[in-house]
Amino acid sequence: MNNVIVRDYDIPANDFTAAGEASSSVRKILVQLGVSPYVVKRTSIAMYEAEINAVIHGHGGKAHVEIDGSKVYIRISDEGPGIPDLELAMQEGYSTAPDSIREMGFGAGMGLSNIKKHSDIMKIDTEVNKGTTVHITVFFNAI
Amino acid sequence: MEQAYFHSVTLDKDKCKGCTNCIKHCPTEAIRVRSNKAVIIRERCIDCGECIRVCPYHAKKAVTDSPDILKGYKYKIALPAPSLYGQFGPPYSRERIISALLQMGFDYVFEVARAAEIVTQASEIFLQSDDIKTPVISSACPAVVRLIQVRFPNLIDNLLKIESPMEVAAALAKQEVHEKYGIPYEDMGAFFLSPCAAKVTSVKAPYENKKSRVDGVLAIKDIYLPLLELMKKQKGGVPEPFSLSSAIGVAWAGTGGESDALDRGRRIAVHGIKNINDILEQAVQESLDNIDFIEALACPEGCLGGPLTVENPFIAKVNLKNEIEKIKKSDAHKIKKIESVDEFIWKSTVEYRPIMKLDDDMMKALEKMQMIDELTEGLPGLDCGACGAPSCRALAEDIVRENARETDCIFKLREKVSDIANQLHQID
Ligand SMILES: Nc1ncnc2c1ncn2[C@@H]1O[C@H](COP(=O)(O)OP(=O)(O)O)[C@@H](O)[C@H]1O
Ligand code: SF4
Ligand SMILES: [Mg+2]
Repeated sequence: MNNVIVRDYDIPANDFTAAGEASSSVRKILVQLGVSPYVVKRTSIAMYEAEINAVIHGHGGKAHVEIDGSKVYIRISDEGPGIPDLELAMQEGYSTAPDSIREMGFGAGMGLSNIKKHSDIMKIDTEVNKGTTVHITVFFNAI
Repeated sequence: MEQAYFHSVTLDKDKCKGCTNCIKHCPTEAIRVRSNKAVIIRERCIDCGECIRVCPYHAKKAVTDSPDILKGYKYKIALPAPSLYGQFGPPYSRERIISALLQMGFDYVFEVARAAEIVTQASEIFLQSDDIKTPVISSACPAVVRLIQVRFPNLIDNLLKIESPMEVAAALAKQEVHEKYGIPYEDMGAFFLSPCAAKVTSVKAPYENKKSRVDGVLAIKDIYLPLLELMKKQKGGVPEPFSLSSAIGVAWAGTGGESDALDRGRRIAVHGIKNINDILEQAVQESLDNIDFIEALACPEGCLGGPLTVENPFIAKVNLKNEIEKIKKSDAHKIKKIESVDEFIWKSTVEYRPIMKLDDDMMKALEKMQMIDELTEGLPGLDCGACGAPSCRALAEDIVRENARETDCIFKLREKVSDIANQLHQID
């Protein structure tokens, strides 16, 4: 199992046009590998949401991706404010996004729950004033 | 399946200079330059016509039927695309154009715009059903449907599963002629007068794997001059020859026509293949906020900018607009109401065509991807196109697919040559 495709991306802060590029690039790789459209879709959505969270809430960050024959693992980390109450943040509709962000069509409070829904394993490490790391795993043989 | 890869867009080898214009613009990276000539990778081509537009030597062309095809049919029906009306300036009204078509030898004219109105109604009904996936993506442009088939399998379910105006027009025209004049179906031929290369492919190799009801496709640019000649000779008041469509159907030729006609939801009209690619990328990530309908036309300014048109798309746009204003004022044309959409719904769905896949075996695909990564790393990263591939990464992919060599890169070749020179030097 030494066949692992690794990718690293920078997620620039406050750049809404670049947000989503990392997830698009991963989508293309998965399509080339012949991963099923269903898995491609789950990965795209989950990764995009984590990417946009890093942009909006985390002052930008990094994405690290590993793909092997059975799964895609994505780690999105930032050194932003962290999440004080993770349970609350996970609730659908909960958002601390300011009005200005909402006016841009972000901040519906569905991101974290969408990541959970579209991934097989989701883990969040977060510490206030230190930052947040979201780990996402999607298995290829999921039904 | 030979026919699956029929393409209207082809290369005129004699005219091709082997430059890099087309390889750089192809949205599916379907073109390479090999031995100084462009080569189209057939299974990747979506017939969008982008290469026809960018080729400075006019070496890319769209294969259409020759007007001689009409001779094989006793009763000839013209199906003019609404974009045809944008090709001629103010003196040449839609009525005159249609009369000229009859003078040209067609026995009947059924405007595709009339079918477009029906498709609009069918779409409205379709959009009301509960089990649709939003955003619904228009399927009127075959280049877009093909792009989705090869690159966005996740969006296949979002396609508007309604037949295109061209197909609906062919079916209704034949029915109308049969009912009015009792002409047997086998004696009729229906000919689409096309701005579009992708439509030719749709007729010759439909993606839904069934036979098209269109019997031939003529390029607007091939009938433009004969029509103009005939119109110039027309005298006096030209009678309104057949029942004509309303403004709604005619507007379909340009961007916004289809989506404006729909009376529900938040709709966007996107044109140009690159813009469409970007929007679809967002649609897959579900980051398109509250968009219910996407009208997507591969050509700039929609079908008015189709590769088989004559007039500049912006001029065609004003021509069409004038015609639409006139129609709106006259208000003489009633839209035929349809009762059910069933007959217009796709009978089978389009399939994902995983042509970007590196290997059927995922472990092998992973290995190949790693090789591509390593090779790309070693290439200069200039994306200069001199190797014949659109980017360094595309060359790496071609090498791994065994369709190219590393020394196709001129920088790699130079390295190798100087290596050999050094070795020779040492032998000396
Ligand atoms: N990377 C992050 N850094 C800091 N806070 C975050 C981060 N990701 C999410 N949050 C917090 O969790 C909340 C919910 O996130 P999410 O479900 O994605 O909704 P939204 O992004 O629309 O607000 C956010 O409003 C924010 O308070
Ligand atoms: S925009 Fe119109 S002319 Fe251009 S490819 Fe699509 S259907 Fe054909
Ligand atoms: Mg979010």
